[in-house]
Amino acid sequence: MPSEHRLILKHADQPGYTPDIDCYLRHGGYEALKKALAIQPKTLLDGKTQTAQEQIRREVMASGLRGRGGAGFSCGLKWSFVDRKSGKPIYLICNADESEPGTFKDRQIIHKDPHQLIEGTIIACFANDVHLAYIYIRGEMPEGAKLLNKALTEARAKHFLSKNILSSGYDLEIHIHRGAGAYICGEETGLIESLEGKRPYPRIKPPYFPAVLGLYMCPTIVNNVETLCAVKHIVAMGGSEYAKLGTPNNTGTRIVSISGHIKRPGYYEVEVGKVTIGELINDPAFGGGLRDGRKLKAVIPGGSSAKVFRAGEKFKIKDKEVDMLDLPYDFDSLIAAGSMSGSSAIIVMDDSTDIVEALANIADFYSHESCGQCTPCREGSLWMSKALHRLTHGEGRASDADYLAKIADNIPGGRTICAFGEACSWPVQSFVAKFKDEFIAKGAADEERHTKQK
Amino acid sequence: MIEKIKVKVDGCEIEVSKTMPDPISGKPILTTMIQACELAKVVVPHYCYHPKLPVAGNCRMCLVEFGTPALGPDRKPILNPDGTPKIAKSPRPAIACATPISPGMEIYTNTPGVKQMREGVLEFLLINHPLDCPICDQAGECKLQEYSVDYGKSASRFVEPKVHKPKAVDLGPRIVLDDERCILCTRCIRFTRDIVGDDALGVINRGSYNTLTAYPGRVFDNNYTLNTVDICPVGALTSKDFRFQMRVWFLKETKSICTSCATGCNIIIGSREEKIYRYTPRQNDAVNACWMCDYGRLNYKWIGREDRLAKVQSPKSKVQGQTATWTMALNEITEKLKNEPQESAAIIASARQTNEELWLLSKLKAKLGAMSDSVPRVGEGDKLLVSADKNPNANGTKLTSIAGNPMGSNLSKIAEGIWSGKIKTLIVFGEDVTKCGISTDLLDRLDMLIVSDILPNETTKLAHYLLPGCAHAEKRGTFTNGNGRVQKFMKAVEPPGDARPEWEFLRDLVHNVTGQDGFQTIEGLFNAMAKDVPAFNGLTWSGLGDTGVTVKI
Repeated sequence: MPSEHRLILKHADQPGYTPDIDCYLRHGGYEALKKALAIQPKTLLDGKTQTAQEQIRREVMASGLRGRGGAGFSCGLKWSFVDRKSGKPIYLICNADESEPGTFKDRQIIHKDPHQLIEGTIIACFANDVHLAYIYIRGEMPEGAKLLNKALTEARAKHFLSKNILSSGYDLEIHIHRGAGAYICGEETGLIESLEGKRPYPRIKPPYFPAVLGLYMCPTIVNNVETLCAVKHIVAMGGSEYAKLGTPNNTGTRIVSISGHIKRPGYYEVEVGKVTIGELINDPAFGGGLRDGRKLKAVIPGGSSAKVFRAGEKFKIKDKEVDMLDLPYDFDSLIAAGSMSGSSAIIVMDDSTDIVEALANIADFYSHESCGQCTPCREGSLWMSKALHRLTHGEGRASDADYLAKIADNIPGGRTICAFGEACSWPVQSFVAKFKDEFIAKGAADEERHTKQK
Repeated sequence: MIEKIKVKVDGCEIEVSKTMPDPISGKPILTTMIQACELAKVVVPHYCYHPKLPVAGNCRMCLVEFGTPALGPDRKPILNPDGTPKIAKSPRPAIACATPISPGMEIYTNTPGVKQMREGVLEFLLINHPLDCPICDQAGECKLQEYSVDYGKSASRFVEPKVHKPKAVDLGPRIVLDDERCILCTRCIRFTRDIVGDDALGVINRGSYNTLTAYPGRVFDNNYTLNTVDICPVGALTSKDFRFQMRVWFLKETKSICTSCATGCNIIIGSREEKIYRYTPRQNDAVNACWMCDYGRLNYKWIGREDRLAKVQSPKSKVQGQTATWTMALNEITEKLKNEPQESAAIIASARQTNEELWLLSKLKAKLGAMSDSVPRVGEGDKLLVSADKNPNANGTKLTSIAGNPMGSNLSKIAEGIWSGKIKTLIVFGEDVTKCGISTDLLDRLDMLIVSDILPNETTKLAHYLLPGCAHAEKRGTFTNGNGRVQKFMKAVEPPGDARPEWEFLRDLVHNVTGQDGFQTIEGLFNAMAKDVPAFNGLTWSGLGDTGVTVKI
């Protein structure tokens, strides 16, 4: 029987658990930080010394932790890219701009257990010799910003922040910066531009890799809220212990946000790869199944940017034929199935859904959020949105399915500055490809109605 | 010594430096694919990239495919059966303007994939672009038009309503902005912010509604705004002065030099049927890169003034109310000058005359034992291109010994000489001497006042012999700029009426008076001058090329 494995959200929903520091400390809070600060330099077999910071970084690498923001890139590997020889200060930014439609996991941590995020951030900063960090929180979470600021004040009062943290000699200051309602500020370089006070136009990579040329052109680490919380647990239990959770190469736990046409929409923390999509949708421990009398039509497995699955789709994974619902919910299986787990947000659509309307809604969102810097996304996102608007307002054509697909094909695959190109075009490509019959039918019906009217 | 890297562009191997100077800071940065392609003489279409501006990478027009040498698990190169390195083609394309080259890289600019990407970008740019070609100034020099022909599709499949933005926006005293035509390449923003240092332009609104504008509260009014019109690939930014004046394919393009200050920015004169329509800057990395100031750019209208001097005048013709001929006037002058006693003549020659003209005058000066000088012109300079010295050829007057030391110090001496009666003949080229201490009363005391100029003034009114000359656009010659750069300029339009290039009639005059050998062509004249003036030794007219040569001043 699949069940939740609450690691990060262990205490968050317990009755009587409050976001203040005293409650956090009563539940063993800041012990991992104390452990991290107490690590002694280790002498290796070859005579070289490994600092405390290097040891923590090795633990994170050994844990196999992959970014929880959407890209799923190895956290340890990302930290290893940081330019530690430039002489410039190293910054760390917590990406709390949770804006992927369907995702509501980071807000649980921020609103219910902010100190866990702060502890994880401090440990990550210590491990990377960071002395100034920012938490960039989306403007639409004013309560969260207040809670985090209050938590920071509490942490400073107890010497978990500012100068000489817990008499270790380590200095760190964390500031909260509020966003102002732009999805593109969740893109790491868009976030950095916004933090610098500029328009959030993502930077070209090369040469502006944040690990080398990030905030104020200094080496910068950008990590998701959940990733930083996981760092705390990795230090507490050890990297190899953490790696025992989940499945090989897909270690640890993830908080899955499930929404749409199911009985129990909400967030559930599971071991990566230990539950299937079907279990997350149907099991009474998670989504609780579809509404009565309804059949599954489509599933978006990783936030609205991820390619959609049609109910009944089958995939060839390692020479085995796997039904979509039997796909283990991890990073690699979903990529092998042609989509992604993204921000681990599952959107369920049953047969009451007009799939064209659903895509029109998604395309509208992306055209509104495109920053407009580069040609394909700027022009293409609004073009697709306008076409879908036409198709959902009685002016469609049977050829619109191919029309949309051809537009979408010219946007992703390195043709844009950032992954927003993929984000705005993958939904169109996948919806049209997998539900082509519905798009053609809708357009043909419009055309027929027009000829009849003549 | 900069390390060299071997790369292949479309199958052709070239060797390029590993780094090249950054256009703004000058520091060495890794050579990019687009720079390598340029050295391989392969055209990669682009909009937002400009060799003198920081890289933006937003138009996506320069996307190319590439491959790098495949490495085995031991990090050693994998070889093909024939021994050549195996190339792993990158699954993702890259923008050539921002991607550095690496040893053994192969760049493919003409694959079906690249062609499809270019078609895609052009289609995206055109869907909201207004059908303004018939009324747009940029037609004929528009990169959107050119690339559409070379790389685009002919038919459009866009059936949605277009995005509309402000049109004919008054962006400042010299620029009109059409936001619908703008392709948001941001060249104008980068130029104005990074080259001029005036952060006046920016983009507002989101996504497809991105709109270029001057920042609220800031005016787009620096002395370099019109360069944004040059670098704008489309007709979004247009010059108020040139707007709707002439189609560019009718313009004759003549290589010339701006004469508004000692910098001598290299320009192209756009003219048609003896009328000048515009100046545009010409690239010369030793002088002005590819820029020029707005003041110099718009300072051409005086050439076409109605009151240009166009008739030769001699004392007899003045009295009889008729015009004289060149032959008559020059013969009379020759006779009088041949009999001129030593040190009884003076020459005031403008620092706006050419090197050759000043040299010929110096021969006259030597023969007559005359005092000479030029007239300084000083104004405000800036840190970019504008020089405080507003004469285009002050160095020319110094190198030919026409100018006093310092320039202008002999003017009072000449005035005294006229007053005392020692100086009976004054030769003036291109200056109104009543403005520099030689009053009309003094001029009345002269036996012979020979003036060559192009526009009427107090001095020309009193001239015995008036010899109408040419604006630089109407003749050929060279100037020496403030840094000693000798640059040549060519003839764009014909002078009005009987006006002649000064070097032509001076050549004859000098030959007749001094016996100096005549030179039929400007080339011959320049080469003779170069042999004679120590600073110009070694120069030849053809050796000056399009960008000139710097000499020690």
